[in-house]
Amino acid sequence: MSKKKVTAVIRRHEEIAEQIYDLWLETDLAASAHAGQFVAVYPKDGAMLLPRPISICEIDEKEGLLRLVYRVAGKGTASFSRMHAQDKLEILGILGNGFPIEKADGKSVFVMGGGIGIPPMLETVKALKKRAGAQNINAVLGYRSERFLQQDFSQYCLAYMATEDGSYGTKGNVMDVIRAHDLKADLIFACGPMPMLRAIKTYAAENGIEAYISLEERMACGVGACLGCVCKTTQTDAHSKVNNSRICTDGPVYPASFVNI
Amino acid sequence: MNTAVTIAGVRFKNPVMTASGTFGSGMEYSEFVDLNRLGAVVTKGVANVPWPGNDTPRVAETYGGMLNAIGLQNPGIDTFIERDLRFLKDFDTRVIVNVCGKSIEDYLEVVERLSDEPRVDLLEINVSCPNVKEGAIAFGQDPAALAKITKQIKAKAKQPVIMKLSPNVTDIALMAKTAEDAGADAISLINTITGMKIDIYRKKFALANKTGGLSGPCIKPVAVRMVYQAAHAVSIPVIGMGGIANAEDAIEFLMAGATAVAIGAMNFINPYTTVETAEGIERFMRQQKIEDVNSLIGCVS
Repeated sequence: MSKKKVTAVIRRHEEIAEQIYDLWLETDLAASAHAGQFVAVYPKDGAMLLPRPISICEIDEKEGLLRLVYRVAGKGTASFSRMHAQDKLEILGILGNGFPIEKADGKSVFVMGGGIGIPPMLETVKALKKRAGAQNINAVLGYRSERFLQQDFSQYCLAYMATEDGSYGTKGNVMDVIRAHDLKADLIFACGPMPMLRAIKTYAAENGIEAYISLEERMACGVGACLGCVCKTTQTDAHSKVNNSRICTDGPVYPASFVNI
Repeated sequence: MNTAVTIAGVRFKNPVMTASGTFGSGMEYSEFVDLNRLGAVVTKGVANVPWPGNDTPRVAETYGGMLNAIGLQNPGIDTFIERDLRFLKDFDTRVIVNVCGKSIEDYLEVVERLSDEPRVDLLEINVSCPNVKEGAIAFGQDPAALAKITKQIKAKAKQPVIMKLSPNVTDIALMAKTAEDAGADAISLINTITGMKIDIYRKKFALANKTGGLSGPCIKPVAVRMVYQAAHAVSIPVIGMGGIANAEDAIEFLMAGATAVAIGAMNFINPYTTVETAEGIERFMRQQKIEDVNSLIGCVS
């Protein structure tokens, strides 16, 4: 599972929702990738040096493909959003720890995604189905308005949805979906904006549910050396010896009870 | 062909080092590069006790570079000796330990703890971190304070002492000379340049610390100028750094007067930069028919 900086070739690249891009990359890194891990993609502009951390949406080991679904958030992501099939992108990977799929054995699982936190949950659902340990899997997806990847999720499990504007599904957020449908689970895997993750941490603690959440922070090195992307932890971190953990290396996925968010 | 250089009686197989704070203690980057190919690993600053560092965001990208305000988060000297120094034990490279503190006593405690560690070849004293409020930079911007801490550390240290200087001063030659006169065995520069970035859409500072240290290729011309000025002010060796991205950049620093060079922010952009730079210097020497890398040092004056 060693990390490498490699040149990947774009197989397919299209905009699937406003400012949301679907990118399939040919790279041998696909062979060592797991659900919840990420790669860092280098902008196509020499003035922007740092690679952009982007979660892995799907892994096709057989074809050697990684699918990244990302939002154009600034000039860096905009620079590679203009790339086409056969163009090359420099990427660094595979980074981070990923979701502990084996924890789902015998359990009923919520796979929750909010906004651009939805893509990594697709490979997570696929990995859960492949392992076939979980009793029941429900995807809970929260969108601002326009939906994406919903059909991909529906191939693998029931997908409950919320939109902030009420244009589809439950009006509100992922927590509103759980309440509206009176859904129950004993394990949660989640990725999304910080308010959503905070709500899930609280909900999990109140209901005695084990929860794993994927965090995000501004990164530089991506490999655990620079200590730029730390999160606060509730206990002393084994590596740092203070209450800080390196999201890029010891995360991005943490037990919700371990992080102070 | 000779690529070895000597600093304070210590021989380095080549002049390429890592810049403190950008390379951990080598563990993370050992997945990418063979540490045995480096002149030295310069470790992340270590204090007498663990430091939590600053709040996030700690990093922000800027044109051709980046700002950081990590705040010298480190696990403290106990863990450093048990874990980091032990990890470096079997590599055939020099180990330079970067030391930080809030008071002179803090620095001296770390220096004493390291005095019996045979794996530590040299000490680099960080008196130039712009991101912590107490200590560090306070010693690096005032010649009297710099002289005082240098003398006290030299009196205690068993290993040769490198003073790492700040570029955030008016007269770098004066600071270099001050360190030399106080007994420093070598100086290293530049640390990062204090900077600021504002997110105009959120109307907020990009960094939680408001200010941070600027590094990366955008600072290289400033660094070359300061290395040149410092090298011409002292007769002790100078370790040059600041935006080095490849062998050409490294050779520029050597020609400006540096005996060795360090790769910092560019490790984040290309994790192979250190070894590629070492190889590139050899290639340049072959192409230019240069027998000894030492002949490049300060050759432009």
